[in-house]
Amino acid sequence: MADGPAPAIELRGISKAFGAVQANKDISIRVMPGTIHGIIGENGAGKSTLMSILYGFYRADAGEILIAGRKTDIPDSQAAIRAGIGMVFQHFKLVENFTVLENIVLGAEEGVLLNTSLGKARKLLRQLSDEYELHVDPDALIEDLGVGMQQRVEILKALYRQADILILDEPTGVLTPAEADHLFRILRGLKDQGKTVVLITHKLREIMEITDTVSVMRRGQMTATVRTAETSPEKLAELMVGRKVLLQVDKAPPRPGEVVLKVENLRIHDEQGVERLRGVSFDVRAGEVLGIAGVAGNGQSELLEVLGGMRPAQGGTVQLTGEALDLTGSRSDARTRRARGIAHVPEDRQREGLIMDFHAWENVGFGYHDDPAYNRGVLMDNDALRRDAEAKIARFDVRPADCWQKARNFSGGNQQKIVVAREIERDPVLLLVGQPTRGVDIGAIEFIHQQIVALRDAGRAVLLVSVELDEILSLSDRIAVMFDGRIMGERLPDTTDERELGLLMAGITDTDRPVATAEVEANLARSGGKAR
Amino acid sequence: MDKLPRWADVALIPVVNLVLALIVSGIVVTLIGENPFDAMMIMVNGAVGSTYGWGYTLFYATNFVFTGLAVAVAFHARLFNIGGEGQAQLGSLGVALVCLYIPWPHWTLALPGAIVGGALFGAAWAAIPAYLQARRGSHIVITTIMFNFIASALLVYLLITSLKAPGMAPETARFPEATYLPTAQDFFAAIGIPFARTPLNVSFIVALIACWLVWLLMWRMRLGYEIRAFGHSEPAAIYAGISPFRITMVAMLISGALAGLMGINAVMGEQQRLLQDNVLGAGFVGIAVALMGRSHPVGVLLAAILFGALYQGGAELEFETSVPREMVVVIQALVILFTGALDGMVRGPLEKAFLRYRKQPKPGVAAE
Repeated sequence: MADGPAPAIELRGISKAFGAVQANKDISIRVMPGTIHGIIGENGAGKSTLMSILYGFYRADAGEILIAGRKTDIPDSQAAIRAGIGMVFQHFKLVENFTVLENIVLGAEEGVLLNTSLGKARKLLRQLSDEYELHVDPDALIEDLGVGMQQRVEILKALYRQADILILDEPTGVLTPAEADHLFRILRGLKDQGKTVVLITHKLREIMEITDTVSVMRRGQMTATVRTAETSPEKLAELMVGRKVLLQVDKAPPRPGEVVLKVENLRIHDEQGVERLRGVSFDVRAGEVLGIAGVAGNGQSELLEVLGGMRPAQGGTVQLTGEALDLTGSRSDARTRRARGIAHVPEDRQREGLIMDFHAWENVGFGYHDDPAYNRGVLMDNDALRRDAEAKIARFDVRPADCWQKARNFSGGNQQKIVVAREIERDPVLLLVGQPTRGVDIGAIEFIHQQIVALRDAGRAVLLVSVELDEILSLSDRIAVMFDGRIMGERLPDTTDERELGLLMAGITDTDRPVATAEVEANLARSGGKAR
Repeated sequence: MDKLPRWADVALIPVVNLVLALIVSGIVVTLIGENPFDAMMIMVNGAVGSTYGWGYTLFYATNFVFTGLAVAVAFHARLFNIGGEGQAQLGSLGVALVCLYIPWPHWTLALPGAIVGGALFGAAWAAIPAYLQARRGSHIVITTIMFNFIASALLVYLLITSLKAPGMAPETARFPEATYLPTAQDFFAAIGIPFARTPLNVSFIVALIACWLVWLLMWRMRLGYEIRAFGHSEPAAIYAGISPFRITMVAMLISGALAGLMGINAVMGEQQRLLQDNVLGAGFVGIAVALMGRSHPVGVLLAAILFGALYQGGAELEFETSVPREMVVVIQALVILFTGALDGMVRGPLEKAFLRYRKQPKPGVAAE
């Protein structure tokens, strides 16, 4: 390495297989110190596996890891921490009822008495906060903090352990645009101090905005490493999927018909008696997509669950094509909703939409297993179910095209295709869709979006809930923004932008005045706008 | 992560578990000064070496099929019903009442009657914990095990008061002769084959039919589909419009009814009167049987026969050698321990071994 400093991280020929699946194949990569390096790829491309190898969760089958030019063996996460690697996971690993300080010290306590290390940590924390613009109250309980703050605690945790290399796995998935901007400022600050940042994401915009170099992964292989300044989102997308993709959804202007869904003053309490919906009213017309934007945890999930018949409401009315729905009684269940023509693609397909240990064909009838077409007398007509499953798998290009595979064995995108095929092919009056493309690869995103638009063009009503603003903006004919159990306002996609929606998502309605990041964060923290 | 091939999951792991249990049992037998191979021979011979052995083995197996199926059905709904013991005792009571107080003209009529009686009483005993779980969230493990004690106390109370027959023993009067079930001996005698006198009776056929019906229910009927869906994921069940309350109740009622059916074998088929305890731990063995049988009726049937053989072989061992009764229980317990509780101990290494084996054909890839 005659030219310049040794790379902060160098991977040489890393391979890792899980059974027959080759998750990583001969991957070599060099990340220079003091840079922000992006790793982008579809779901299942092997990004997380690669980082898990680097952090000591998995051992590579072959290849070697060099940290700061020295060959390093990383058998577990303790070794990774010793090597100066810190990791911020997508799902935070914090103890909810501990304070910030206690969480930071957790696992790195010194001596018998906790107070010694807490005192030391407090001093160091103050220093770190000032240095990197990472302000957070050390005595606040984690459960009282918003997601953005919690993420900062995770970063501080890594820095407290003297990490020189910081790996962030999909860090913006749960953040508002304003929070994401702040995170990026923090990351730039870290870079200026000489730290190395590895950012794993599937969002092209983030890669373009913040990284210096970017590596693209596809099907377990590293397809390219390029300077960010010398590439474009289109080129990266093409590298990710191996072909050109449409990032915008092509759709005709909407032709809204009569009101299909009319929601008035809907109220819901959760088990603790906290109001999750505080009087929500809106309607959806035939032939239009109403998009509900918002940071996760502001009542959108509850809204979908009530409409889908998964939980009762405590107040308000819902009408479907002029007829009231039972919101509390014995006919408020999902089965009755389906009979009324409401199909539902749930937010969490693995927990709700599919039985992961059922075969694909069993899942194709899930929720509709009462359908006479799937039954013959008292017995289920499994042959009919399998024939239908095979047809749907073919039409929706589910891969592998094998109805005997368990749902668990399909990738996220193909799992979602099974759910979408099942719900959309019922030709529902109203389609409820939650996070249709969460954890879904680009190729499948495009396909699923097309299906939703096709249903809308066929004159059906669609209620779309998504935390992805891009998705809301490109699919919706109208956008309603939810914050803290209320609808903050409705906008048209053509006359609004991400900034305005982002502020509404943080509960700020007067979007014309200049707003400080701190205000946004305070608002979100107050609302308890945390991802569940 | 890759999984084991199916054959290894359903056949290899139970066999390895069983072999490990037998090896440890062998060590224990050696420690008390007996030859483990001789002991093994005596057990095998005693269990399946004669029609007498088979008769008892299958008689015990019949009990275990019913209690094993009971646990298996509840398992599919992710309900851990360890109240099979109490439900079987109540089922026995139901069978006894049907046999004692209804003047049956012939066993072919008495048997369906007893089936209904046993199933109803067993189901009723499971209904209370089921309701408490479904509506109040009281944990089913706690309530069902408590109900075992209540059932036992209830039976004792009835047998020393209203149901007590004249005499010293706390037991009911003998059932009328018309309710006696034909035994295997009767069956085989009819076709000219000599079969030893054992309590093996027509209930065994009922157990086989129960296996088939449970299979039909779980894999061919909507209700079974819903039970399995609920067992895998409650949120998904709610999403699909499957009522958790209904499934919890129905699965437990079926489970209790199956456990209750054990009464027709133990009470109607063998004792022909109700004793303080006709169940003799079969409710608990049912848990091991369901675990080893992977909650599948075929697996339950095979596991039940294995445990039947262990019971019968163990009795022979006690009879023929100086191995004490307690040691036989130890051997049975070891099998339960290895097949049930220590399943993961074998599963983990086996999965690794399979992964390694699959990787090997590819040249040039180092193992580590």
